[in-house]
Amino acid sequence: MNWWHRLLRRKKMEEQLEKEMRFHLDQHTAELMAQGIDPEKARRRARMALGGPERVKEECRDARGTRWLEDSWQDFRYAMRTLRQHPGFAVVAILTMAIGVGASTVMFTVVNGVLLRPLPYPEADKLVAVNGHTDNFNTKLFGKQNVAYPDFLDFQRESHSLTLAGILFNGGTASGAGEPEYVDFNEISSDVFSVLRVAPAEGRTFSAEDDKPGAAPVMILGYSFWQRHFGGKAGVLGSSLVLDGKSYTIVGIAPAGFRLYDSEPDICTPLGQDTAKYLRSRGPHPVHVLARLRSGRTLAEAQAELSLMGSRLAVQYKDTNRDRSFVVEPLRPEVGDLRSTLWLLLGAVGLVLLIACTNVASLLLARAVSRERELAMRVALGAGRGRLVRQCLTESAVLGLSGGVLGVGLAALGLQPFVAFWPGALPRAEEVQLDWRVLLFALTVSLVSGFLFGLAPALRAPAREFEQVLRAGGRSVVGSSRRLHSSFVVSEFALAMVLLVSAGMLGRTLLRLSSLDPGMNIQNVLVAHMALSPGVLADTGRIRAAWQDVLERARRVPGVESVAIVDTFPMREGFNAMGYWPTADVPPENKQPQALATSVSPEYLDVMGIPLRQGRLFNEQDRMGGELVVVIDEVLAQQAFGGEPAVGKRVWMPDMGYGPFVVAGVVGHVRHWGLAADDQAQVRAQFYYPFAQLPDKLLRRWSELMSIVVRTNVRPLSEVPSLKRELRGAAGDQVFYEVHTMEQLASDSLAHQRFLLLLFGVFAGLALVLACIGIYGVLAYLTGQRVPEIGIRIALGASPGGVMWMVLRQSLGMIFVGVALGTAGAWAAGRVLKQLVEGMQSMEISSFATMIPVLVFAALLASFLPARHASRVDPVIALRQE
Amino acid sequence: MATKSDLPQGTLDLLILKVVALGPVHGYAIAQRLEQVSRHVVQVPQGSLYPALHRLENRGLLAGDWKETETGREAKFYRLTGKGRAQLETEAASWQRLTEAVALILKLSEGGAE
Repeated sequence: MNWWHRLLRRKKMEEQLEKEMRFHLDQHTAELMAQGIDPEKARRRARMALGGPERVKEECRDARGTRWLEDSWQDFRYAMRTLRQHPGFAVVAILTMAIGVGASTVMFTVVNGVLLRPLPYPEADKLVAVNGHTDNFNTKLFGKQNVAYPDFLDFQRESHSLTLAGILFNGGTASGAGEPEYVDFNEISSDVFSVLRVAPAEGRTFSAEDDKPGAAPVMILGYSFWQRHFGGKAGVLGSSLVLDGKSYTIVGIAPAGFRLYDSEPDICTPLGQDTAKYLRSRGPHPVHVLARLRSGRTLAEAQAELSLMGSRLAVQYKDTNRDRSFVVEPLRPEVGDLRSTLWLLLGAVGLVLLIACTNVASLLLARAVSRERELAMRVALGAGRGRLVRQCLTESAVLGLSGGVLGVGLAALGLQPFVAFWPGALPRAEEVQLDWRVLLFALTVSLVSGFLFGLAPALRAPAREFEQVLRAGGRSVVGSSRRLHSSFVVSEFALAMVLLVSAGMLGRTLLRLSSLDPGMNIQNVLVAHMALSPGVLADTGRIRAAWQDVLERARRVPGVESVAIVDTFPMREGFNAMGYWPTADVPPENKQPQALATSVSPEYLDVMGIPLRQGRLFNEQDRMGGELVVVIDEVLAQQAFGGEPAVGKRVWMPDMGYGPFVVAGVVGHVRHWGLAADDQAQVRAQFYYPFAQLPDKLLRRWSELMSIVVRTNVRPLSEVPSLKRELRGAAGDQVFYEVHTMEQLASDSLAHQRFLLLLFGVFAGLALVLACIGIYGVLAYLTGQRVPEIGIRIALGASPGGVMWMVLRQSLGMIFVGVALGTAGAWAAGRVLKQLVEGMQSMEISSFATMIPVLVFAALLASFLPARHASRVDPVIALRQE
Repeated sequence: MATKSDLPQGTLDLLILKVVALGPVHGYAIAQRLEQVSRHVVQVPQGSLYPALHRLENRGLLAGDWKETETGREAKFYRLTGKGRAQLETEAASWQRLTEAVALILKLSEGGAE
C-alpha cells in the first residue's frame, strides 16, 4: 500500500484504527472483569494501561508517515470552504489572478515559441551556421556575410568536424502549372535534408549526382506550393514544371512546415547545377551555409578547423580571400530585432501581474485582519505557528492556482488572435503554442504569486499577541496593518503609473510619427514587383525593349496616370547602399560615405511626387551614350557639397563600375526606411540614376529585381486585375506580384509602434482598473475598521464633509507617494523604450503631465465611495457596535 | 512485584517481530504475550505498542488482516511478511552477538575481581 493509497483510503484507515483500539480496550476490560473487578473500574484501568486512545491514535497516524499530506488535504478543504463562504472575495481574487496569469502566459508563449524553443530538427543543438567575416564589413547594415560557393565546396570536401550544406535564395517565374507565378526558390546542396535530418513527405531528396553541373534538372516542391498547385496529389512526382524557361522533373515533396531561415521555399533545385558565373568565383558570397557537427566533435574544434582552412584560402587566393575569415556559430532561429520587443512586452505584462498580486495580497490581508480572532483562538487551542502559516499559504495557493488555471484557459483562447494581430508576420509563428514549458511557466507564476500575496497575511497572523486580540473583541488594532495596506496601494499606483506614462509616451510618438512628411506623395500609388518573361531575360538585347513595352502597356490601362520602373522603393525591405566620393581620388572602400542608390526610369521621381529642389529631373535624353547623370537628394547634397549648389558637380561611385556622374538635379529626401526608422538610419543619403544608362552586363541582374510603380486617378487597388492582365506580355509569362499601395507601406512602417501602443494601452488600462479596485478595497476596509472612531468624531461634532476629507486625505497621501515613486519608475521605463522603439524621442514631460491627473482622478473616484460611506456613519449605531 | 526494567532502545520492534513470527496475532494478544514471556520483568507500555505496529506495517515488515477471533469479534491480525522475516533474522543475530559480547565483558570483569 503506497502513501497515495493510504491517502485515498484515509477514512477507512481511521475507522480501522478506531476499531483496533476499541478491540484492545474491550479485551483488556473483559479480562480484568474475569478477575472479579467491577466493570466500571475495569474499563478505567484498561484505558489507563493503554495511555489514552486519542494520543495512541495520533501517534499511529504519525507512524504512517503521510501526515503532512493529510494536513495539506485538510488545509485544502478548509481553504475551499472559506472561499465558498466569501464568493465575492473569491471571484474578485481569482479573476484578478486570471487576468495577470493569462496575460503573462500569452506573452510567455510567444517568447517561448519565437525565442526559446529549439529549431524543429532532431538534435538541433548540433546544428551550426558558417559565416564569412571581414573586419570592415558593416554587419549592422548588411547582415551577416555568407560564403562563396567555391569556398563552400572546399569546406564540404575537407572538413572532418562538420557535414556542411549550402542554400542559395533565389526567385523566378514558374509556368506550366496554370497561370505563371513568381516563386521563391532555393538552390540547395544535396545534403541540406540530411544535415537537418528531415525526410521528404513524398519521393526523394537530391543525391550527390543531382548536385553537379550538367546533371538532369530535378526539383523538390515545397509542401504548400504542392498543395496550392497540385492539390497534394502524389502523382505529380515524375512530371515536369518549367522554372525560368527551363523544364525540371519533380522528384520529391518537402515535408509540411519545412522552412529554411524561416521561410518556406516554393521550390528547391540542386545548387550544383547552377552554372552562373558569380557562383564560380570566390569574390561574391551568396551561399548560406549550415552544418551539423559530426558525432563527438565540438563547436571549438569546428571553429579551429574552419579558421585553419580560411587562412589557407587567404594565402592561396589573395585577391578574394585575403582579409577573410570564417565563423562557426550555433544555428539560431532568425527573429531579427524582435528579441528586445518581446522582452519589453513580457516586462510590461510582468508589471500587470505584479499589480494583480499586490491587489490580491491587500484583499487577503484585509481578510486576515478580520479573521484575527479566529486565528488567535486557534493559537490558544494549541495550533503551532508553522501550522497556521501553512494553512494561510494553502489558501493563497488555492487562489493562485485557480486563477492560474483560468488564466491558462484565457491564454489558450487569446493566443491565436494575438499572433494573428501581430504586425507583419511573426517569425516562427507556427512554433507559438502551449507546450510543457508554457504550462510549467504558468504553474510557477501562479504558485509563486500565490506564495507572494499569501506571505504577508500568513506571517502576520500568529505574530500578534493572541490574548490581546481575544480580549479586544471586535475592535482590533489597525496600526500596523494600515502601514502594510498603504504600501500595497502605493506600489500598485507606482506600477500603474509606469505603464500609463509608457503608453502615453508611445501614443505621442505615434502621433508625431504619423504626421511626418514621407517626402513624397503617397496617395494613389501602387507598387508591385515585376518579373519579365524568362525568355526575354535570357537575351540581353531584348530587355530594354521589354521594359519599354511594360511601361507602354501599363500606361494604356484606364485610370492609370503615370508609370515608372525602379529597383528599390521606399518603406519596404530591400536597398542598395554604395560608397560615393565628390572628387576623383576616392579613398578605400571602408572610408567612403554611403548612399542609397536607386535605378529608375525617367518618370519615377514625377510618379512618386518627389519634389525638385534644384536643377532638373530625368528625361528621355538620359540614355546610353549620353552624359552619365544622377539626381541626388538634399541629404546627399548637404553631405557631399556642403552648402554649395550641387547641380553640375560630379560624384564618383566606384561600386557602380562606371562613372563619374554629373549631378543633374537635387530633390527632397524620401523616408526610405519608414516614417519612424529613417531619422536614425545608418545610411540616409540618396541618389537616383537612370536605368537606361545601366551597362548591358548588369542589365539582366537588375531586371530580375525591378518593380513597377503606378500613379492612378482611381482607387489604386481596383487597377490590379487589369494591370495583371495587361502586363502578362506577349508570351503570357510575365508576372506582376507582391502588390502594395504606398499608403499601406507608409502605415505598415509604423505598425510596430502602433502595436506596442495598443498593448501598452491595454496593459495600462488594466493596471489602472486593478489599482483602483485595490485602493477602493483597502479604503473600504480601513474605514470599516474605523467606524466606531468615526462615530465618536461625529457625535463630538465633526461635520460629514470633515469626515470625508479625513478619508480622502488618507488616500491622497498614498496616491502621491505612489505617483512620486511611479515617476521615477516611468523615467527609467522611458529610457528603455527610447532604446527599443524607433522614432521615440527623449522623455516628454507632457506625457507625465497628462497621465498624472488621469491617475489621481481615477484614484479619487475610487476613494470617493468609502469616503462618502464614512461621512454617513450614524453615531448611535456606530457606538452601539462596541 | 519486582521493579520492572525499561525496554532497551530499539528492542521493541525486535520483540514484536519475534512474537508475530509465531503466528498471526492481534495487538492485544501481542501485549499479553510480551508481558507473559518476559515474566513481568520487562515493562512494555501498551501505548507505544500500536504506533510500533503501524510503523512496522508501514515499512512492510508486517501485514495486517481483519479476521474473526475465537469469540467471534473482528480484530486486526498481524503476520510477518518475507521482508519482516529477513529483518527478524538479522536483528536477532545482531542482538545475539551484542548480548554475548556484553556477557563476556561482564564475566571478564568478574574474573578480574577474583
